[in-house]
This record gives sequence, C-alpha cells and structure tokens, in this order.
Amino acid sequence: MNWRTLFKPELADSEQRQELEFYLEMAAEDFAARGMNPADAQRAARIKLGNTTLIHEEIHTMNTPKLIDTCVRHARHTLRTLRRNPTFAGAAILTLALAIGANTAVFTVVNSVLLKPMPYPRSDELVDMRHLAPGAPGVASLTGGLNLSASLYFTYSEQNRTFQTLGVWIPGTAAVTGVAEPEQVRTVLVSDGTLQALNVQPVLGRSLSAADQALTSAETVLLGYGYWEARFGGDKSVIGRTLSVDSRPRVIAGVMPAGFRIADTATDLILPLRFDRSRLMLAGFAFQSIGRLKPGVSIAQANADLARLIPVWMDSWPSLVGAKTGDPLAAKVYGAWRITPALRPLRDSIVGDIGPILWVVMGTLGMVMLIAGANVANLLLVRAAARQHELGVRAALGAGWGRNAGELLIESMLLACAGGALGTGLAYAGLRLLVRIGPANLPRLSEISLDQRALGFSVAVALLSGLLLGLIPAVKYAAAGIPAALRGEGRASTGSIEHNRTRNILVVAQVALALVLLIGSSLMVRTFNALHRVDPGFTAAAQLQTFRVAIPDALVASPEMVTRTENAIVEKLRAIPGVTSAAFASALPMDGSQPNWDGVFKEGQDYVPGEPMTMRNFVNVSPGFFPAAGTHLLAGRDFTWSDLYGIRPYVVISENLAREWWGSASTALGKRIRSSPIAPWREVIGVVQDVRISGVNEPAPATIYWPVLAEIPYLSKVVMATRNAAFVLRSNRAGTAGLLEEVQRAVWSVNAGLPLAETRTMQTIYDRSLARTSFTLVMLAIAGAMALVLGIIGIYGVIAYTVAQRRREVGIRMALGARFETVTWMFVRSGLVLSAAGIVLGVVAAAGLSRLMSSLLFGVTPLDPVTYAVTALILLSAALGASYLPARRAAADNPLETLRGE
Amino acid sequence: MPRRESPLQSEMLQGTLDMLILQTLVLGPAHGYTIAHAIERGSEEVLQIEHGSLYPALHRLQKRGWIASFDGTSENNRKAKYYRLTPEGRRQLAAQTSRWEQVVRAIGRILSPARKTEQ
Repeated sequence: MNWRTLFKPELADSEQRQELEFYLEMAAEDFAARGMNPADAQRAARIKLGNTTLIHEEIHTMNTPKLIDTCVRHARHTLRTLRRNPTFAGAAILTLALAIGANTAVFTVVNSVLLKPMPYPRSDELVDMRHLAPGAPGVASLTGGLNLSASLYFTYSEQNRTFQTLGVWIPGTAAVTGVAEPEQVRTVLVSDGTLQALNVQPVLGRSLSAADQALTSAETVLLGYGYWEARFGGDKSVIGRTLSVDSRPRVIAGVMPAGFRIADTATDLILPLRFDRSRLMLAGFAFQSIGRLKPGVSIAQANADLARLIPVWMDSWPSLVGAKTGDPLAAKVYGAWRITPALRPLRDSIVGDIGPILWVVMGTLGMVMLIAGANVANLLLVRAAARQHELGVRAALGAGWGRNAGELLIESMLLACAGGALGTGLAYAGLRLLVRIGPANLPRLSEISLDQRALGFSVAVALLSGLLLGLIPAVKYAAAGIPAALRGEGRASTGSIEHNRTRNILVVAQVALALVLLIGSSLMVRTFNALHRVDPGFTAAAQLQTFRVAIPDALVASPEMVTRTENAIVEKLRAIPGVTSAAFASALPMDGSQPNWDGVFKEGQDYVPGEPMTMRNFVNVSPGFFPAAGTHLLAGRDFTWSDLYGIRPYVVISENLAREWWGSASTALGKRIRSSPIAPWREVIGVVQDVRISGVNEPAPATIYWPVLAEIPYLSKVVMATRNAAFVLRSNRAGTAGLLEEVQRAVWSVNAGLPLAETRTMQTIYDRSLARTSFTLVMLAIAGAMALVLGIIGIYGVIAYTVAQRRREVGIRMALGARFETVTWMFVRSGLVLSAAGIVLGVVAAAGLSRLMSSLLFGVTPLDPVTYAVTALILLSAALGASYLPARRAAADNPLETLRGE
Repeated sequence: MPRRESPLQSEMLQGTLDMLILQTLVLGPAHGYTIAHAIERGSEEVLQIEHGSLYPALHRLQKRGWIASFDGTSENNRKAKYYRLTPEGRRQLAAQTSRWEQVVRAIGRILSPARKTEQ
C-alpha cells in the first residue's frame, strides 16, 4: 500500500487527473478530426471516458486498506470541522491538557519516588537496619526507631548469617583547607561494608576496603563526582594526592560516579569510619545502616537472624568505655528496652512517610481529571446534539451505527491526543520547575524524570479519556432513530430532555468532586494557618541569621580553648554594626539534626537499676542564646560566661519538664538533676519556654539545656566543648550577602582556618520544616482551583444550553407577561438544584475521603464543620452566579425578536 | 491487505480486460488512449468498453508488476504516461491466453451440440 495516497491523496490524484485529461484531449482531437465542432467533441470525449470520480475512487480504494483509510478520512474530516470551531476545540484540548498534564506530572513523581527501583544493582536486596525499642521511653516515639551503635555493627557484621555484607554510615561536615578558601563540605563517614553493600564502583581509583578502617592505616578519602569536578576540574591525577580534611592530611583514593548518593544523601567526600574497638561500648545508637541480604533471604529471616545476635551483643561489649563486658545491669537496662530488629527495605526508609502525601495528591488530581473529562464530555454532547440532524441524515443515507459512532469517537480521540501531547509538554515543564524549586523533604528528587512508564501513563490516560469521552455521545446519538432526529429539526424540541439528563448527571458529579477537592484544600489551608499560629519558641525568624562553625581537634585541642575561640567569635559578631545579639548552640530548632536523646533523673527519684529511663532532649547553649533566639526565660536566669569557665554544674530546663517534675517553672529553680549515678548533681538555674525542635507540628520535647562547656552529662570530670556550633545573630540585614561577608571576616579574624557552613536565616529553617505541608497545600490548592473553575464552567454550560434550547418558551412567557424575575428564577433554580445535589453528594464523599488525609492535618479535624459549611457556601454562590448570567440574558431578550427568529 | 474489488466489473470481464490490455502491449509500449482504441478496433468494435474503466485496470496491472509505466512524449508532442509489458506480464499473458482458449473450447463444445439439435 502507498502512504502517499493515504495521507496526500491530492498528489496521487493529480497524476491520474493528468492522465485522464490527456485522454480527454486526445479523444476530443479525434472527434474534432471527424468533423465535430470543438464543444461537441469535448462532450463526446467525456462520455467516452465515463465517470471520472468513480475512476479516481476505484483507484484510491485499490490503494488503501479500508480501516485505516476510513479512520484517516474521518480524522481529516474531523480536523476540518474542528478547525471551523476553534473555541470548542481549544476549550476541550486545553481542559484535557491541564488535567492530563497535572496527572502525568504527579504520576511521574509517584513513579520516580515510590515505584522506581533505587539506582543500585539489585536494589531490592538492600535494607535499612532499624530497631524497635518499645521499652525505651522517648526513643520509642522516634520516627524510624533505633539505629545501630558501633558495637552492634561489629556484632552484626561478624556474626550474621543472612547478609552478603552490611555497614554503617553517618553524614557530617568537614572543613577542607588548602584547595581554595577554607570550605565546609558535606561528608559521609562509612564503615567497611557500606559501599560494598551498595555495590557501586568508583569511576576513578579504588573504593574503600576493610584496610582503610584500620587505625594503623593511612587516612583516606573518596571524592564525590561533583566535588571533584568543581574543585579539581575533573583532573585524573588527583588519585594519591593529599587533601587536608579538618586539618588532617588524607590520601585521595578514588572518585565516585556522578549522581552517586548514599541512600538519598549526596556528599562531597566519603571518609572511612575508624573505630577503636577498645573504646566502644553498647550505647551510641547514632549510625544509619545499609545491608545487602543474601539472595532469597526475606526480611523476616534477617530479622530473626539479627534478633538472635542481640543477646550476644549485650554479652560482648561493656556498658561504659573500658568497663568489663557482661555487666548484668546493662543487660537489665537494654533488656527492658526490648530491642527488636525491624528491618525495612532501603527504599521505604528513604521514601519515608511521603507516600501518603503523594497518593493524596495523585488522588485529587485524578478527581480533577474526572471533572475535566465531565466538562469535555458535556462539550461533546452539545456538539453531538447540534449535529443530530446531520447524523440523522447520514443514518438515513445508509451510514450504520458504527460509522456515526466511529466519527464521534475519532473526534474525541483527536481531542484527547492533542490534549495528551500538550499535557505531556506541560508536565515536562512542571517537573523541571519542581526539581528546580526542590521542595525539602521530597526524597529521591534527583531521580525524578519523565521516563517511559510516565509517558506510557500519559498516553494511556489520553487514549482512555478519548475513548470514554467519545462513547458517551456515540451511545446517545449515533444510534438515534432517523425519524426522531429528522423530525426534531427546525422546531425547538422537547425530546432533548432525555439528553439533558446525561449532562445533568455529569454536572452533579462535577460539583460533587469539586466540593471534595475544595474541602481537601480548605483543610490544608486551615492546617497551614494552625501551624503558623503555633509559637515555635523563637521570634522574628527572618531577622535571625544562622551559620555553623566546626572547630576540629587538630586545630584547637583543649575544650576550654574551643569555647574561648567561640566566645571570641560571638564578641566579634556583636561588634558588627546592626547586630543586636549573637550566641551559639549545639543545635538549632527544626534544623533537621537528630535530637540528642539521653536519660536524666531528678533528685529524690534516682536511678532504679533495671527501670527504663525516660529519654530527654539534650542541647548545649552558650550564654545569651535564649535572648538572641527570642526564647523567653520564664524563671531564673541564663548562663554566664563565668559559669562556663568555672565549670559550674548548672542547667536550664524547658517549661514542660519543669511542670512535669515540679508543677511550675518557678518551683523548679534550685532543684537538682543528674543523668547517671556517677555524675554530679546539677542545679536548675533557669526555665525557658518550650521550643518545637522537630517542627511546629510535633510537640515540644522535654529539653535540658547544658552549657556549651561542661562536664559530659554521664561522666564525671570530663569536660567537653561544643565543637560544631550553630551560631545565631540578630540583625535587620539577616540573609544579605553584605552581612555574611562581615560575618565571615569576623570569624576569620579569630581563626583564619574556620569556614562557615549552612548559612541561612532561621526563617529558611522554619519554612523548610513546613515545606511538606506547603507542598501538599500548593498541590491541593491547584487541584481545588482547577476543580472550582471547571465545575463553574460545567454549570454555566448546562444552564446556558438549557436557556438556548428554551428561548422560544421564554419568548412566549415574556410575551404573555411573565415577569423578568420569574423567568430568571426558573433557570437559576435548576442550576441551584443541580449544585445542591452535587454538594450533598460531595459532602458525603468528602467525609469519607478526608479521613485519608488526616495524617497531613494539624489543628483541624477531617470533619471540621466550619470548613465544610464555608466551602459548600462558596461553591453554591459560585454556582448561583454561573446560572444567573445565562438566565438573565435569556430573560432580557426581546420576546418579539426571539419569536420572529424562530 | 483486504481490497475491495471494483463493483463495475464482474470477475470474468475484469480478467478479460486485463488480458486484452496485455495483448495490446505485446506490440510495444502505448499510452492509455492508444490502448483503448486498439482494443476497440482490434475487436472490430464489438467490445465497446467504457474507456474510463481502462485506467483502474492499468493501475491494477501496474501494481501487480505485469506492466510498468514511464513518462513519454505522444505523437502530437505532449507529455503522456506510457505503459509497457514486463517479463512477468508476458508470462501471465501466455498463461491467461491458454486458459482462455481452454475455457472457450470447453464452452464451444457444450454449445455446439446444442446448436446442432436446434437445427
């Protein structure tokens, strides 16, 4: 068969036309030669040749497979008719494009985040080793449970039977000097087994091995690809060179491939963990872990295998550094914790709890798709109704149901395909925007891409909607009896009531779905407001500049000198013009760092051996931190520098702890606490307001504030400084480059080897902690707005159509003296009835569906009556407007003209 | 590929027309008008074919590869599409001619005795 004749019939035709014209000329000449006059000769030639159209058609049919030909012919015809109705085509295509685009984009995110395998070989074998510890108060409530300690890692690694390999890792930062300006870079410390479990080889040099973990070996480092390109320009000779990390020389062993991440953590440097086995103890559950199961081993088997090792571990390691192993007390404490391995596939651990959000968003956009589909179906129904006469004539001339239905189907398919193509383009643009904005807490963001599966989804949605949309009018009209269709012509018929029913059902469904989405987004708006009303425990976050400075051992050895250096930095910061206060702490609220949990006892209720301890959050703060951050002091006083340098045993506690133990903030003053029987008692000198350290939606944990220079809480006579300090300073110029430059100069004037890291304002930290809620809110708001607009258009369309159908009736009524209001009300009422039915259905559906999003809500219940009532009212008044406009136009028509026009 | 056959011609007539076209082209390449007239005159004007029906037949034969077309110049110096016989077409002509003759003989044998008895 010939594609040219299929798609360019004109071209093939022209050749044949030439051939036939040549025949006509020859024949005419012959006839003329026999004495005919030219006109007669030409007529005779034509008669001799016969019907040229039939000849063309016959040749054409010979060339073309029938089905495709029919489709293409119909498509060409449909394209022509669509071109004549650009408004209709544009509205339908745009509606579908928006809906398909939004769905494709969200499906792509769902696919990339939740469905696609991780970018490691046989990634389904990878697990994250977490533990449940239901008997450990405080820890049990932590999301994700208990991590591994170094001792647990050694026990697991050396004695397991179910793993190919396993390792632990921990992210951090380090100062690199000697390459450019001193720079704080992202690091990940990995034990032997981590990189082997991920099974990703370096692109250059070698990977890390057990040898790099040995204390006696030379210290090594792997470079991340991005860091290697940025700092070394991709120079292949870096292998074997030395890099100064935290003022210690390290040999560059290799370069990891581009895009390599450990779990979902991107890093500049990978450093080997080097444990001193003689200084390990049971505790210290700080390490994240990655294990690769042996092929065919299930999570349950691995859990059982590790559970077997927990008692082994308790017997093999001391409870305190240097103590004897097999401490019965330790066994009792940890026994009471009931540590149980609870392995999770690595992917689940990375994806975390984003799943429900994505599914909610996906569900809402699915509803938008339905609403959009209902709108386009309505448009198609109107068109089909308008073509009813044409279809009837065609049926009378012998077109079967299939032919008419085919035509309607092809029309909807064309619209859907155009919408799908445009929508995929929109999705692509939207995803690029999403990755650029990079909402915090969206895992695997770097892996989001419009892949084959997403494209397949888009095509499937387009085809399916094309099919369904075409079927509705096809079923309704293609088979419409010839007589009925033809009889209806000319006079406004009432036979269309039947057709209006389909349209009415579609509108009711649309309103119901729109209400569900509006309620969903209103609940998110109320959640957002509720979160913003929560006092986070600090004030005016936008004027609070924060940054981190880490002082490595190699640079400043003694703890007191570390604090004096930091003290000097604070003084320099305060001297910057416009800075009203400055201070530092070990961690900032909501900064994403893991809370530092530990147990503590009040005087009179001391450590009972074997009793589980309630875990409290420990934070170290410098003098002046509370006023700088805006955390109100409720009773007592702040630390002073002389408290610090005198190593005075003072603490400040949070209000909730004071209330829990002593009833009120003021009664807590002067009371004493300690965190282990061998540690000295410490006096409570102040009580501050609660701080929402894990985000405004999480309750504030009971917190003990220690001085930044103090004896280690659970040891005696060992003084420790806060080497990795988060500085805060209050200034109107927070966040400006000018201020940061002065801050950098202030820090370097104290010690030129100290880089700044994580420079951001407290507002950024605060916003990031709300990023997930904001993301959900924005997505639902977009879906809700689309639903509202589409729903209103739907109602408007139906009322306008009814009005158009009943113009004659309105004209007669008006001519007979009906009042303007009566006629308007007649139409508005039908609009209101439809919307009311939709709203009732919508409220019921929303009550059922909103429960699915209850985990995303804060400060509002899924069935909040105010939200429901207000949303329903908004929708109802919008529907009122949408019905009133066409109704008023009809009533305002001059009845005489209307009737004359009929 | 399913192809709709021409409603204009019966199977028999179509085959016959094909054969006549091939036979005409044995004498040398020709354009459509010449072919039509050759058939008409050759049959002593008995076979009055509608000349239009010739063109679909030419098209069909060309698709089957029995004849080929080329652009030529006509006797009155005009551009025209010429057709010529391909080797495959020559073979087909031979085969069809012999089958045709068989059919004609067979029909003749059936009809001749009948005519005799009538006489």
